Amino acid sequence: MAETTYREAVRAAIDDAMSSDERVFLMGEDVGHYGGCYAVSMGLLEKFGEQRIIDTPLSESTFTGAGIGAALNGMRPIVEIMTVNFSLLALDQIMNNAATLLHMSGGQFNVPLVIRMATGGGKQLGAQHSHSLEGWFAHIPGLKILTPATVQDAYDMVGLALKDPNPVLVFENALLYNDKGELDTSAKPLPIGKAKIEKEGKDVTILTYGISLFKSLEAAQTLAEEGINAEVIDLRSLRPLDDETIMASIAKTHRVVIVDEGWKSGSLSAEIMARINEQAFYELDAPMARVCTAEVPLPYAKHLEDAALPQADKIVETVKKMVGVS
Amino acid sequence: MSEFVMPSLGADMESAILMEWHVKEGDKVSKGDVIAEVETSKGVIEIEVFEDGIVEKLLVEEETECKVGTPLAIIASDANESVEVKVEEKVEVEPPKEVIQQEELEPKKEVKLEPQEEPVVKVQSRELKISPAARKRAEELGIDISTITPIDGVIQLAQLEALNPQEVKVVVKEEKPQEKKKSETKDTKEGMRQAIAAAMSKSNAEIPHYYLSTSINMTPALEYLEELNKQRSIKERILPIAMLIRAVALALQEVPELNGFWHEEELHISKAIHPGIAIALRKGGLITPALLNADIMNLNDTMDSLSNLITRTRAGKLRSSELMAQTITITNLGDLGVDSVFGVIYPPQVAVIGFGIIKDAPWAEGDALCVRKVMQATLAGDHRATDGRVGAKFLDKLNNVLQNPKELL
Repeated sequence: MAETTYREAVRAAIDDAMSSDERVFLMGEDVGHYGGCYAVSMGLLEKFGEQRIIDTPLSESTFTGAGIGAALNGMRPIVEIMTVNFSLLALDQIMNNAATLLHMSGGQFNVPLVIRMATGGGKQLGAQHSHSLEGWFAHIPGLKILTPATVQDAYDMVGLALKDPNPVLVFENALLYNDKGELDTSAKPLPIGKAKIEKEGKDVTILTYGISLFKSLEAAQTLAEEGINAEVIDLRSLRPLDDETIMASIAKTHRVVIVDEGWKSGSLSAEIMARINEQAFYELDAPMARVCTAEVPLPYAKHLEDAALPQADKIVETVKKMVGVS
Repeated sequence: MSEFVMPSLGADMESAILMEWHVKEGDKVSKGDVIAEVETSKGVIEIEVFEDGIVEKLLVEEETECKVGTPLAIIASDANESVEVKVEEKVEVEPPKEVIQQEELEPKKEVKLEPQEEPVVKVQSRELKISPAARKRAEELGIDISTITPIDGVIQLAQLEALNPQEVKVVVKEEKPQEKKKSETKDTKEGMRQAIAAAMSKSNAEIPHYYLSTSINMTPALEYLEELNKQRSIKERILPIAMLIRAVALALQEVPELNGFWHEEELHISKAIHPGIAIALRKGGLITPALLNADIMNLNDTMDSLSNLITRTRAGKLRSSELMAQTITITNLGDLGVDSVFGVIYPPQVAVIGFGIIKDAPWAEGDALCVRKVMQATLAGDHRATDGRVGAKFLDKLNNVLQNPKELL
């Protein structure tokens, strides 16, 4: 166990994967000489050389397609898309090729591709660079969607994604790169599709993922001071979702608040609510609630951006209203 | 033009399923025609139209559940004068016919149909808000949620869990023997139980009943009946109950105050006499369909109508008017050996007449003590509508009629 940053954890995971498996390589914009837009791949070019740490042209569709081709041919590519908004330029490759080929080839060709991208708002990057589209991608069959929140998951999920025979998208919230946490590189990782109960509780379940995990834990702390014992669950994987853990928690607490950085309409939180309704309706003791990003293109101004995003105080307020102590 | 709405086939009915249309758009209908079949907790009922006209539009598809008062069809009337068909009136009143021109002059004047004056009874709000988890827990614990007062309008788990288990037991075992645990299931029998429960609870809560009882020497009437039946084939024979119904009709003509409805703090006496006859169903439950226009029937008609009514009741083939028109109820438990029946009035009616067993009993006549066929006739009356004196007068008339059985013919 050692304390390290989220950024270093991702880098260590790539480093370890490349060291142990020569089929693994990294490509993306500025991942080589510049060391990555978020400095994740700093130093890797020197260690592994230009053949395995590849700076690409500014064409997401091209290099994502190249990654799919490499994966089809037996390689284990890690494609870094600088931020999630640029993934829209590669959406055709992701959705029409990566996600479909296994099915369209009758099971002959799988696409063991890993796409990492920085995601989320809160950095004052304006409406075009602050998306949270992970819920959107979680709509697509054939993909797996991972959202590492902790330093441990930042490390583990690169390895999990590389081992998976399907295309896996890893959403790293850009605000988390500097966060510090304990990392045990020898620990057995929690598999894809398994949620983690980060804090046990009995009064209400808070379901969340990514950076909202920390806002939820902060909210749970505040709530604990007022005698409300919230259970906080890090979903970790948005596709597949861990229905079992979700429903078991609701059977225990009978109340649920979903914290989702996506917009409310047609969101992952909406999907989770629908599943709870299908599978655990009779366990509910109060209408489900959620805290999402305001339905606006994310503002640039700091105070407006903060107001638009889910925050701990909003989570506290929502839970208190639900539990009836507001 | 008027709307034909889902009728209230009894104060306890909230909705019914429209099973089958007997007419199609464009059909000509006459008052009293059966135009549809609906399924209620009382079985399949044929519903009749209350005016002459043309079916302009069917608004509801078959097998749709409709609340009472839901428009089912538009009937274009060839008469445009406002016709109020009330249950108090004879069913065969013809609406006056008018020339079509007048309809054009006054197109907005609608024919107002009020076959049922009584308000739809709401015993309790079904809009109870209870969380799914609390509902499930209540079922597990056997708690009747209707006994729990919601906090801030909602029943939630914490409230149930705070209940003292001792209290809960009391609630279940004593206060609510007929808890509605499985109200979701659309079992007709259970629906009927609930319907009876609702109507009787309302009656007992709202109607101040008074009870009167009298012993009637049935020997003259039975002897007369025996003579009458001697000349008849088994099929044509008249049963004592038909004679009793006939006697009730005659007595009610003398004492009409018991024949009608309590509505809006007022007694509405009905001219026509449509006694509801309590008929037990083989599968359980009870229906009291009306023997329509009992006042204008002779003894033979009464018997015929009664047989017909019982057969159709047990077959679940009643007509809507028979479920709506009752002006008083007659219940006879004599066949089970009961001496006296003290009934619960079916609102908005104002009286229920009970007959017990006819059995040999000591009877004083003049100085002599002899054995006679004796029956207890009882009356439960709504004290808001009438006083005991009226009830006593009725029982006296009833007795008189039965002592002079020739009048029954």
